[in-house]
Amino acid sequence: MSGLDTLPAALAAHLAISAAALLLALLVAVPLALVMPARPWLRRGVMGFASVVQTVPALALLALFFPLLVLLRNVTGLPVPSLGLLPSLLALALYALLPLLRGLAGGLAAVPDAVRDAARAIGMSDWQRLFHVELSLAAPVVMGGVRTAAVWTIGAATLATMVGQKSLGDLIFAGLQLQDWRQVLLGCAAAAGVALLVDGALGWCQAGIAQRRWRPALQGLVLLLAIGGGVTGWWLQSLPASAAKPVTIGTKTFSEQYILAELIAADLAATGQPTSIRSGLGSGIAFQSVAAGGIDISIDYSGTLWTQALGRRTMPPRDVMLPILARELKARYGVTVAARLGFENAYALAMRRADAQRLGIKTISDLARVSRKLRLATDLEFQSRAEWTALQRAYGLGFADIRSFTPVLMMAALGDGSADIITAYSSDGTLAGNDLVLITDDRSALPAYDAVLLVAPGRDDLVARLARYEGRISVDAMRQANWQADRPTDKRSPAQAATWLKAKTGL
Amino acid sequence: MGARISLRSGGAPEAFLGLWRGRLLCHKAGMGTNHTMSAGQAAALTMSGVTLALGGRSVLSGVDLVVPDGALVALIGGSGAGKTSLLRLVNRMVQPAAGQICVAGQDVAGIDAETLRRGIGYAVQGGGLFPHWTVADNIAAVPWLMGWDKPRRLARAAQLMEMVELPADLAGRFPGQLSGGQASRVGLARALAINPRLLLLDEPFGALDPETRHALADRLGALHRAQGLTTILVTHDIADALLRADLMLVLDAGRIVASGPPAEVARNPHPAVQALVSGPLELARTLTGLAGPGVAG
Repeated sequence: MSGLDTLPAALAAHLAISAAALLLALLVAVPLALVMPARPWLRRGVMGFASVVQTVPALALLALFFPLLVLLRNVTGLPVPSLGLLPSLLALALYALLPLLRGLAGGLAAVPDAVRDAARAIGMSDWQRLFHVELSLAAPVVMGGVRTAAVWTIGAATLATMVGQKSLGDLIFAGLQLQDWRQVLLGCAAAAGVALLVDGALGWCQAGIAQRRWRPALQGLVLLLAIGGGVTGWWLQSLPASAAKPVTIGTKTFSEQYILAELIAADLAATGQPTSIRSGLGSGIAFQSVAAGGIDISIDYSGTLWTQALGRRTMPPRDVMLPILARELKARYGVTVAARLGFENAYALAMRRADAQRLGIKTISDLARVSRKLRLATDLEFQSRAEWTALQRAYGLGFADIRSFTPVLMMAALGDGSADIITAYSSDGTLAGNDLVLITDDRSALPAYDAVLLVAPGRDDLVARLARYEGRISVDAMRQANWQADRPTDKRSPAQAATWLKAKTGL
Repeated sequence: MGARISLRSGGAPEAFLGLWRGRLLCHKAGMGTNHTMSAGQAAALTMSGVTLALGGRSVLSGVDLVVPDGALVALIGGSGAGKTSLLRLVNRMVQPAAGQICVAGQDVAGIDAETLRRGIGYAVQGGGLFPHWTVADNIAAVPWLMGWDKPRRLARAAQLMEMVELPADLAGRFPGQLSGGQASRVGLARALAINPRLLLLDEPFGALDPETRHALADRLGALHRAQGLTTILVTHDIADALLRADLMLVLDAGRIVASGPPAEVARNPHPAVQALVSGPLELARTLTGLAGPGVAG
């Protein structure tokens, strides 16, 4: 089953990040809960903050830590990492804060005043009272909070993939994109299984504490250790024997990226170089990761880099754009454009062939005449990108309805008739498969989207090795490889599609 | 028995300035106050000019009292009169704004609070048993704090359970599994665990049925005499207090308005005293066939 080989590492990372976040949250929550009862203003502030944090979608919370940490790095000058472990840890810990605080505050408030009083009256010190009376009595309720927090954290940790932290989300996001539902299910089942096991173990601990019996508490503790030990063991066993630091190739969340990453990984591996693939990075995160050196190689697109990384608004022709792009990326980020692969994966608009013929639409100019009666489905980022502004400005485009979807569901929306036009990618294999036509950008409002290989600062050795990819992959070859991975039947894994592509291009 | 307790409201502050010099000898019991205790007799507890404010509100003011060694004192008063606060002052659960408190001739301000508390038997209002500790562990809580080993604690707990007439098989139970009377006995046993000289009981039998209450009060009276304790008992059971106590203290709005032997207090015309004692007094007379006030003396 695809994804099975990456499961041990993803599971181990998932468990580690969840446990670390939970511990961090506990370290913050316990002292807060102890000083809060005597300070109502603090209690209101802290509980209000924790509740507000809870209303922020976990994905947004994770993503928000990226600019925050970049700001921190710029302000302090310290080498604060803005991707991977740190933002995931902070966001997940924040997320765990509310259930922990609720449990602690509820548990401590439930300690009867007479009991507190008696503890003082018989001459217990403040610490003795805290540990032997207040926390001991509150423990069952507190453990309830810990259980809730543990389950939430393990669930939310799948999203850490989006900010470059390895987790079970790697399997889920890659599977979603490839429509490899078994892989999605594997990731989900692993996360749910771990959450259930941890919850069960903590449940035993809770029961043991509540009934003041050692046996169940010990059982729970042993189970927790067994989960941690088992996963760690499995992960260590799955590690390659090679001790050399692997070259990391980062991918965004779609098939083309997975296939090209596999192609490059296999290529490097053939020379004895260990590699690893960090899959499922958010579009902007992938570039930031390669710039920060968190990954060594990424695959990106000139138009995206032009508007997103360089913040340009003008759309010059590719011959003008590419040299400027390479120069600016090197100067501003230290990132090298190692090769232009030879195909373009342009942002484009697509519609069903039958509709296009019926409405007589070949170009976006044609579309603009009737677009106000049509419904547009876009990917998640299109409406906030400069390309959309450029299209509106150039053609005066407007739609009856615009909704955003993950790419897979966007195609489905077109399929079931809930959208008429979608944003598409010109190298997308499913265009042919679903009998869709691309609508020509006749006024060249959109920039070129030449696929390029980017190399992190200080990895000039890789630049030389990747130079041979220059101009070797045609859009037709790429589209076919993508279709092998994306088609609903007779699916190939990205690695298999990569093998096919290698043979086809003679690389 | 002569009046062995003194009272005076609004004591002269200059008499107590010595308090701020740290560890100091107590004034000889009642020195500078209008006391009637015979010279040389040890006082288990004295308070002079004690004032207490909590959260900016005056709770006790100008409290002077001398409790002679071995007395069973009933502390009565309406709710909010300051009874619990007066007990809490003794073992430094609250700090006085002014005045001096001495236990066995030593100023409590000079004694480490935890040491002081472990040396005084205290049963808090509502029992305050630790719900997650067994009966034996609850009873041996102070010995545990004092570092006694387990066999010694268990032996002491068994001994105390016998003293307060608790069946030995309850030792392993938790407070939630006890009846009200049993829980009160555990609270009493806990307070007695390391043979304190002074016992402070805050409505120990408050929520019990009359029969159990009387049985427990009997047991307490017997223990009090047998152990040579000095006991201060906050109670709402005025009739019982009139019958059993050596001395009574009546608190009203933070001041001691009457003190002395029950018969004397019962005759005190202060409206707050009469409001408390007139009804129960009738009852006590009926129950005991006493002819009139003052006969108890």
